[in-house]
Amino acid sequence: MEITNKFLINDVNLWYSDFQALNNINMDIPEHMITAFIGPSGCGKSTLIKSLNRMNDLVEGCKITGSILLDGENIYGDIDVNALRKRVGMVFQKPNPFPMSIYDNIAYGPRTHGIKSKFVLNEIVEKSLQDAAIWDETKDRLKKSALSLSGGQQQRLCIARALSVQPDVLLMDEPTSALDPISTGKIEELVLQLKKDYTIVIVTHNMQQATRISDNTGFFLLGELIEYGETQQIFSIPQDKRCEDYITGRFG
Amino acid sequence: MGKRSLRLLNREYAAKILFIISASAAIIAVGLICVFLFLQGLPAMWDMGIIRFLTGTDWRPTWDPPRFGILPMIVGSLYVTAGAILFGVPIGIFAAVFMAKFCPRPIYVILKPAINLLAGIPSVVYGYFGMVVLVPFVRENFGGNGNSIFTASILLGMMILPTIITISENAIRAIPPEIYEGAIALGASHERATFKVVLPAAKSGVMASVILGIGRAVGETMAVRMVAGNQAILRMPHEFLSGARTLTANVVIELGYAYGEHRAALIATGVVLFVFVMIINALFSILKKKESA
Ligand SMILES: Nc1ncnc2c1ncn2[C@@H]1O[C@H](COP(=O)(O)OP(=O)(O)OP(=O)(O)O)[C@@H](O)[C@H]1O
Ligand SMILES: [Mg+2]
Repeated sequence: MEITNKFLINDVNLWYSDFQALNNINMDIPEHMITAFIGPSGCGKSTLIKSLNRMNDLVEGCKITGSILLDGENIYGDIDVNALRKRVGMVFQKPNPFPMSIYDNIAYGPRTHGIKSKFVLNEIVEKSLQDAAIWDETKDRLKKSALSLSGGQQQRLCIARALSVQPDVLLMDEPTSALDPISTGKIEELVLQLKKDYTIVIVTHNMQQATRISDNTGFFLLGELIEYGETQQIFSIPQDKRCEDYITGRFG
Repeated sequence: MGKRSLRLLNREYAAKILFIISASAAIIAVGLICVFLFLQGLPAMWDMGIIRFLTGTDWRPTWDPPRFGILPMIVGSLYVTAGAILFGVPIGIFAAVFMAKFCPRPIYVILKPAINLLAGIPSVVYGYFGMVVLVPFVRENFGGNGNSIFTASILLGMMILPTIITISENAIRAIPPEIYEGAIALGASHERATFKVVLPAAKSGVMASVILGIGRAVGETMAVRMVAGNQAILRMPHEFLSGARTLTANVVIELGYAYGEHRAALIATGVVLFVFVMIINALFSILKKKESA
C-alpha cells in the first residue's frame, strides 16, 4: 500500500508571547495511520497537536511560523478555519461534553454545518454513537443529560461528537489520562477501529499505550522533535540517548 | 496547653461570637419585619375579607364606607414588572454576553465600572431622569400624557439592567473554557459557540439574574411613583399608555396621612408585597439549588 501523507509539517516554530514552545519542527503524518506524540511534560506535544487544527488561535499572544500542509494546502494560509476544524476533529484530555442532552451533544456539530433535517440528524446521531462504541449504552437515554454518563462514557461521547461532522483527521490529546483502565482499554480498541477511516494523532504519557496502538511515534523534548519513526523501531532500538532514557522510564 | 495556643483559642472564640451576633442581627431584622407586618396587616385583611381585599377593583379610602380593593395595584405591579422584563431582560442578557465574550479589553475597562455605577445610582435619580427625559419622550412619540405603565416599564427595565448584566456575565464566565473549545473544535464560529453552547450552559445563572431583577422591579418604589401616573384604576393590557399604581406606590403615597382602617389596609398592601417578594426569593433559591445539584 502506498503511503500518502495527511499533514506535512515544515519548519514550524511557535511562540507563546516571548516563550518559544516549538522549535523548528519537521514531520510528516501519514494518512490512515495512528501517530503518537510522546515526551515529558511541557515539551510541546499539546502545542503541536493544537497547531494542526489551529486551536492555538484562541491563545492570546501565540505566534507561529513555517507551514503545515493538510492534503497539500497550507492551513496557515488563506483558509476557512471553521471548515478546517470540521475536517480535523479533536478529543480533549478531560471529557468535555456540553451540558445538554446526549442527542444534542452529537447533533450540535452537524447542525452547525447546516443540517436541519430531523431524519438526517437522527441517522448521524445513531451512526456516530455506534462508531464510538457507545450506542448500546445510550440508545435508551438520548434525551438524558450527557453529564449523567460516567467519565469513560463521556469521553466516548466526545469521540462520537468529533465523528459527527465526518472529519478526516482525529486529534486526541491524552484522551485516556482521566480514565480508569477498563475505559482506557475500550477507547484504545475504538481508536484501532477508527484507523480504517481516519488519520489519528494521539498524545500520550503512557508508553504501553503508544506501543499498543500507534504506527509511528514522535519523541519531543523542550519543543524539539528528537526522534520520529515507526513505533516498533523507536521502542526497540531508539537512536537517541534521551529518547531511550525516556521510554525506559529513566526520566520524564 | 501553652499560653500562646490558649490566646489563639480565645481569639477564635471571640471571632465566632462576633460572627454569630452579626448573623443573628440579620435574622432578627427579617424576623421583626415579618412579625410586625403580619401582626398588623393580617387581622386587617381578615376583617376586610381577604378575597374582597385581593380581588376588589375599587380603592376608595375616602368613601363612606371606604373601599379597599387592591387588585388594580396588584395588576399594576404585574404590568410594570412584566414590562421591565420585556425591556430589561433581552438587553441585559445580550449585554452580559457581549461583556463576557465579545468586548475588547479597552472598552471593557470603561463599560464595567459604568455598569457598576448604574447599579449604585439612587432610585430617585432614576425617577428624575424618567420625569425629565422619558415622560416627555413617551408623550411625544407614543401619546398619552407620558406618565404611564409603558414609561415605568422602560425605566424599571433600565434599573434592573445592572443586576442582570453583572450576574449573567459572572454565570457565563463561570462556564469552563473547555466547553467553549469543544464547540470551536467542531468548526463552530465564535458566535455560534457562545450562543448555542456557552449561554445555554449558563442558563441557571442567567435565570437567577432575571429573578433577582424581577425582585428589584417589584420592590422599586420611588422611581416608579415618579413616572407611572399612580391612578388606582384597574387597567387592561392595551391601556399601557395610561397610568397605573403599583403596590409600592400605594403604600408610599398614602401612608403619610392614613389612619385607622385605611392605615391597616396599606399595611396589608405591604403584606401582599412581602409575599410577592418571598415567592420570588423562593424561586431564586430553588434555581440555586438546581445549579449546585
Ligand atoms: N497558553 C499558554 N501560554 C503560555 N505558555 C504556554 C501556554 N500553553 C503552553 N505553554 C507552555 O508551552 C510549553 C509546552 O506546553 P504544552 O502544553 O504543549 O506541553 P505538553 O507537552 O502538552 O505537556 P503535558 O504533557 O504536561 O500536557 C510549556 O512550557 C508550557 O508552559
Ligand atoms: Mg499536553
